[in-house]
Formats: sequence, C-alpha cells, structure tokens
Amino acid sequence: MADRAEARDAPVVAPIGNKQASEAKMSDASANGGPVLAADGTPLKVSLRRAERRLRLRAFLLTAPLLGFILLTFIAPIGDMLFRSVENEIVADTLPRTVEALKDWDPASGQAPDEPVFRALYEDLKVAVAEKKHTQVGQRLNYEKSGISSVFRKTGRRIKRMDPDKPLKPQFVNADKDWGDVETWRVIKQFSPRFTDGYFLAALDMQRDAQGVHLRDEKDRIYLTLFWRTISLSAVITGMCLLLGYPVAWLLANLPARTSNLLMILVLLPFWTSLLVRTSAWKVLLQQQGVINDLLVGIGLIDDAHRLALINNQTGTIIAMTHILLPFMILPLYSVMKTVPPSYVRAAKSLGANDWTAFWRVYFPQTIPGIGAGAILCFILAIGYYITPELVGGTSGTFISNRIAYHISVSLNWGLAAALGSLLLILVLALYWAYDKIVGIDNVKLG
Amino acid sequence: MTSADDAFVVFDHVQKSYDGETLVVKDLNLNIGRGEFLTMLGPSGSGKTTCLMMLAGFETATHGDILLDGRPINSVPPHKRGIGMVFQNYALFPHMTVAENLAFPLEVRKMGRAQIEEKVARALDMVQMSDFASRRPAQLSGGQQQRIAVARALVFDPPLVLMDEPLGALDKQLREQMQFEIKHIHERLGVTVVYVTHDQSEALTMSDRIAVFNDGRIQQLDDPATLYEKPMNSFVAQFIGENNKLDATVEAVEGELCLVRFDNGETARALAVNIAGPGSRTRLSIRPERVEIGAKPDFNSVEARVLELIYLGDHIRCRMEVHGNTDFIVKVPNASEHAALTVGEVTTLSWRPEDCRALDAE
Ligand SMILES: Nc1ncnc2c1ncn2[C@@H]1O[C@H](COP(=O)(O)OP(=O)(O)OP(=O)(O)O)[C@@H](O)[C@H]1O
Ligand SMILES: [Mg+2]
Repeated sequence: MADRAEARDAPVVAPIGNKQASEAKMSDASANGGPVLAADGTPLKVSLRRAERRLRLRAFLLTAPLLGFILLTFIAPIGDMLFRSVENEIVADTLPRTVEALKDWDPASGQAPDEPVFRALYEDLKVAVAEKKHTQVGQRLNYEKSGISSVFRKTGRRIKRMDPDKPLKPQFVNADKDWGDVETWRVIKQFSPRFTDGYFLAALDMQRDAQGVHLRDEKDRIYLTLFWRTISLSAVITGMCLLLGYPVAWLLANLPARTSNLLMILVLLPFWTSLLVRTSAWKVLLQQQGVINDLLVGIGLIDDAHRLALINNQTGTIIAMTHILLPFMILPLYSVMKTVPPSYVRAAKSLGANDWTAFWRVYFPQTIPGIGAGAILCFILAIGYYITPELVGGTSGTFISNRIAYHISVSLNWGLAAALGSLLLILVLALYWAYDKIVGIDNVKLG
Repeated sequence: MTSADDAFVVFDHVQKSYDGETLVVKDLNLNIGRGEFLTMLGPSGSGKTTCLMMLAGFETATHGDILLDGRPINSVPPHKRGIGMVFQNYALFPHMTVAENLAFPLEVRKMGRAQIEEKVARALDMVQMSDFASRRPAQLSGGQQQRIAVARALVFDPPLVLMDEPLGALDKQLREQMQFEIKHIHERLGVTVVYVTHDQSEALTMSDRIAVFNDGRIQQLDDPATLYEKPMNSFVAQFIGENNKLDATVEAVEGELCLVRFDNGETARALAVNIAGPGSRTRLSIRPERVEIGAKPDFNSVEARVLELIYLGDHIRCRMEVHGNTDFIVKVPNASEHAALTVGEVTTLSWRPEDCRALDAE
C-alpha cells in the first residue's frame, strides 16, 4: 500500500527533493509557490484524496463485519476482563454512607469507629437488606478477610430488630463482635474506593495489612507456584515438541511428494479427532494399569510393584500436551524448510563440510524462523491450556488456567480470575517482547 | 585430444536413470584433461546438470565409472571429493556475510585464523570484491553474488571446479563481462573447469572444448572452431550458430563429395559427412555467411526468390525461398559492389560444395 502510494505520488514528491526538476517540470506550480494542481484546477492532493476515498470506504465496508465481530467477541471481553480485575464498585455502591463516614476514621488509631459511622452503616444496611445485596458485599470482602461474609449475613438478619433510637454501636457489636474489631473496619475502608489493586495482589500471592504490602508465607503461595509451573512446563513441552517435530518436518519437506503427503496426513490426523478423545486415549495408555505400564512390566523392564506413575502428575501433562501441540511446531517448521533450497546443503558439502557441519552451520540457521514461529505458537498455546492439564494433570500437573477456571465457575471470584488472566496476558506479551528483542519478530515465519 | 591415461576426469560408459524407466544420461564417455576448460552445452533437459551432479557426488551413476585423477570416485562422499562448485542460483549462505561464506570451506578444513583471513582477502581481491566482505549476499547485485560464488568455489584451491550455468541470471552485458573474468581466472590459476550452459555463444567464447549434449548423449566433442565449422550431425549444425538446412536424397557418393537430389528434382553436390549411402535421406547444412549472391564457376548455383529483407547496418539479412525451403537466410554484406535486392525478385545464389555438409536426416 505504502509503495503504491509513493509511486503514485512520485511526480508530486520529486520536486521537493529536486528543486531544479521542479522548476523545469512544474513551472506554474513553483512560480506562485502554491500546491501542485490537477488538470481541473483543484489541488492535486485534494483530488487524490477524493479519488482514494471511495476505494478506502469500500475496503472498510468489506472488512467491517469482521472488524465488528472481532471487536465484539475478542477485544470487548479482554477489555472487560482487564476492567474486572481492578473494578471494586460494590462496596461504594452498597454502603455509600458508611464509606463517606469512614473517611475521617484512621485505622492506625487502634479503635473501632464511633457512633456516626455505625449510624451510616445502619442506614446503608437497611437499604441493602431490602435489596438483598448485603450478602454480596460480605462475599466480596470475604476474599480479603475470611469471616466477613458471615458477619454481614448475621447482621442482615438482626438489622430489623435494632432500635435506631438507642446507640447503634453496642447493638452492632452485640450482633457480631467483629464489628468492634479494627481489622474489619480497616478492610471495609481499604476496599471502599471504586478501583482496587487487591485482586492483583492476591494473584501475585501478596497481601496488604497494617504493615503494608508483602508476600504471603511460603506455604500459602498458590499462584506464584502455579505461574512458575505453567511457564516451566510450557517450556519443557515446547522443547519436546521441537525435538520430536524437527526431524518430522525435515522428512515432510524432503521426501518425495507422495510419501510426504501421507506423512502430512498422519501429522494432521490429531486435528481431526476431538481433543477430549485424544486426551482420554492418553489416560488409557498412561494409567498405572494402562497399556504402557503393562508393556513395561510384560517385557520385564519394571516389576509389577513399581509401576510408573505416568498420569495425574506433571509427566502426564507433558506427554499429552506435547502430543497435542506437536502439529503447531511441525507446520511452521515444514513451511520454512520447504523454502530452503537443497542447493545450500549441497554447496556446503561441495565446500568440504560433512553432514553434521552442513546441517548445523548451513541448514539449521536457515530454519530458525520456523523454530521461532513454532516455539512461540506452542509456548503461548501451552501457557493458556486448560482441558488437558485438567484431565491428566492431577494436582501437580495443573496450570494457572485451571485455577482461573476454578475461580470463574466454582468460587465465583471473577475479579481474581480476571486478575490472573490479565497477568497471563501480560506474561505472554512480555515474552513476545523479549523474543522480539532477542531473536527479532521479523524472523518468525508462519507460512 | 586427451587420452584416457592422462585425463584428469573420466566418464566411462556412465548411465543415469532417476526413475528406473528412462535413461537421462545414456552411455556417457568423456575425458577431461588437467587444466582444461570444458563446456557441456545442450538444450534444457539434456542431462548436463545430471552429469555435473554425478561428478560432484550428489547423484550416483546408475551404471559406469567416474574417475577423478585416476581414482574411481563413486564411493567417495561429496565433501571428500575436493571439487569446487558454482551453483545455478549461486547458493551463497544467506545468514553469513561474504567473508564468512568464503571462510566456510577453509574453516571446515580446520585452517588457522590468520591463514583463513589471508586466503579470503586474496580470493576477494581476485574477483575485485574486497570492499564487500562484510555484506550479506542479499545486499549484493546478481553479478556481485556471482563473483562471490566463483571466489568461494576457488578459495580452497580445488583442482577441479564445476559451474552450472553460473551466468544464467545475468543481463547480456554483465554476462559477457563475467565470461571474460571467469576465463581469465581459469587461465591464471590453471584449474580444470567443467562449465555447463545452454548459451552457445557463451560456450564458444570461453571453452577449450565443448561437449554438445542432446537427449542424454554427447553429440559432438570438439574445440569451438571445429564445432562451428565442421558439425558432424544435424543437431550440432542447428544448435551451434545460424544454419540453413535443406532436405534431399543421396544420389551417388563421389569420394569426399556426394550428389544429392532435392524433392523438386534439382541436384547439387555436397560434402559427404554423415550419410548412409545412395538412396538415403540427408539434411544439408550451409552457414548463411558462406552463401553468395550471383553465379560462380564450380559452385552450386540455385534460383532463389527474395521473401524478406532486414537491414542490420553492416549487413542485410535476407530471407529467401530455396528448393521449397522458405527459411533460407543469406547475409549480404552492405558493400557498394552488391546491387540492392528487392522483395519478390528472383536471383541466383551459389556456394562451394565443401561448405555444404550432407548430414544425417535426423
Ligand atoms: N531429481 C530428479 N528426479 C527425476 N528426474 C530428474 C531429476 N533431475 C532431473 N531429472 C530429469 O532428468 C533430465 C535431465 O535433467 P538435467 O537437470 O540434467 O537437465 P539440464 O541439461 O541440466 O537442463 P537445464 O539446461 O534446463 O538445466 C530432465 O528430463 C529432468 O526432468
Ligand atoms: Mg541444469
């Protein structure tokens, strides 16, 4: 597009670079110093723009449905996810008066707030209970400090029996003694702003208390462990895919057409079967009483008492995922290898290189774009994989996505799920950036 | 001619088939002398590259032996043959700089750093590319890439260099310039060169000897002048230079000459080169520049009608109808003694019987 525009502009642009030519060719234009004019007297730029407008409009209309589709189904959900990971409107919306009243209270004082705050809370809760929203606030705050959920539920039941003419603080403390606790109020105050970094802190196994932000104790760290496991297992899986896929891709690119077509079908075959079926097949193969263990026992390599644990652990995840992601490594490799003419290796050999040197110094470097593309594809797919680790990973072989799914469908902590998802997205983008810096993204060839 | 004993490269009854059904190379016998510049010339698909690949070791001969310096090399892997090769598309390694490309054959031979640098510099100097050492092949023009490819094939001092249409991708002017450069390098270094091309003028310019290939066989193997002056069969006559062909039947053989009768009943005498005997069909070959306008004593004379005139400055190309052949070309020098011809005019052409070679009818 740019090239074409440039070529079309050439007569107009040329005078700028070449003064003499401009005076010779476009004497009338440069004489009055005005813009170059088209035949009908309108400035050339205007008429060019007019001529291109229709073209551009048509191009836009043709792609509009797809753009709309992508916007609606892809960009919007990601935006929503990013928003949810910091969104925290429920406290401010449900307890507006309390939030306002708490502004003057300082948790460092070590004292629970005074009567006006409780009066505000009473007013808020009356509305919230009528709308049945108090349990939701309780649940939200419970992510930060366990127990608050029940405080709100209990108080919600008692609120009708409270007497607004008497002091409310004792009545609340009577309903649940946690209302007298500074920590409860500190959490409410901390999460009263409309936006919060709480989900991200949780997703990074960090917490904020009176002493500020710090990492959780080693034994309580869930997500960092999971992130690390996801990254390291994905790297191992990508490495395995490369190791197994490279020779296959080479065969595909170098065998005679008929054989290589057959091989290609074998490579693509997994695509035609359901992921679930394939993963289940691995269950059959890998379990303790499964085909592989039976075989190993049968040929006497291991004895019956020491059957290998190949499934419901990291080994299971690695084996099954390598199998599933292999085509994503083979195909980019193949498409790159197909473009490496055999004459390079021949040239290397004629220059005296043995098979290994010819491969390593001449062939291999030219397949790096394919390796890059395959590795990026495999790694990014692996890092977000869900179904296979869920089925064959057991507890030690699950990925961060399994945790995200858990928070979305079981614990219903969507904010945390969104924060985890956002971190995953940031991680992928960071890796992409690092890859671009180290290898160069122009060096990636997908086909 | 080179005898089999002191030949540097010998193809001995070599055959090659890729699919087990057709022979791409049929019974190739060829001796190449040390220091010779031999060109394999032939139309596309005639098996030239195949021969080169067998010599380089990338294809195996289906039958027969190839000897290099007296030793059969059928079982020697390509990287141990020590043969330099310039590929049709140059095959410069795109991920290495020019200098690294040139250093590659020296590195795999485990030469020392200093020696490698010196040899690379010398090779670059030889092809006048010293300023380009740190460029990538993609940053070079076609002619520059070609020079580097030649330099790389020569940098490790191989006694034999193979070149497969190395100039095929260049424009005419550059090609002619490179022809001379390659020729000079060959003369200076004294290496043996086997050169493949399907451009006959290139072959005539550069070679000591030319092997004309067609249909998997060597049709003729001679030095350029002999090949042009004395083609031994119709294919060679037609393939090398411009040629007029006339079909006829042999009437009688008279020593070196023979009497032939054209299909319109007229007769002529021709040099009997490659004919079967009285009664057989033959194809006469006459170079356009050997035909003269006007009758001459002891010459074959024939009536011809002018069909087309093309003015080319120094000469006029004249297409005529001779014995029913409407593609008969005569080159008339643009000299004052020649009367101007006009289209449609009937004139007399004549040529020496010795310049008219009676060859096989194909
Ligand atoms: N790898 C191959 N497999 C099968 N047939 C081949 C192979 N390489 C060449 N051939 C066939 O062998 C014949 C000779 O090929 P070759 O490449 O030697 O021709 P060439 O003389 O070099 O032609 P050109 O001038 O076009 O390069 C052709 O008919 C070609 O189709
Ligand atoms: Mg060829």
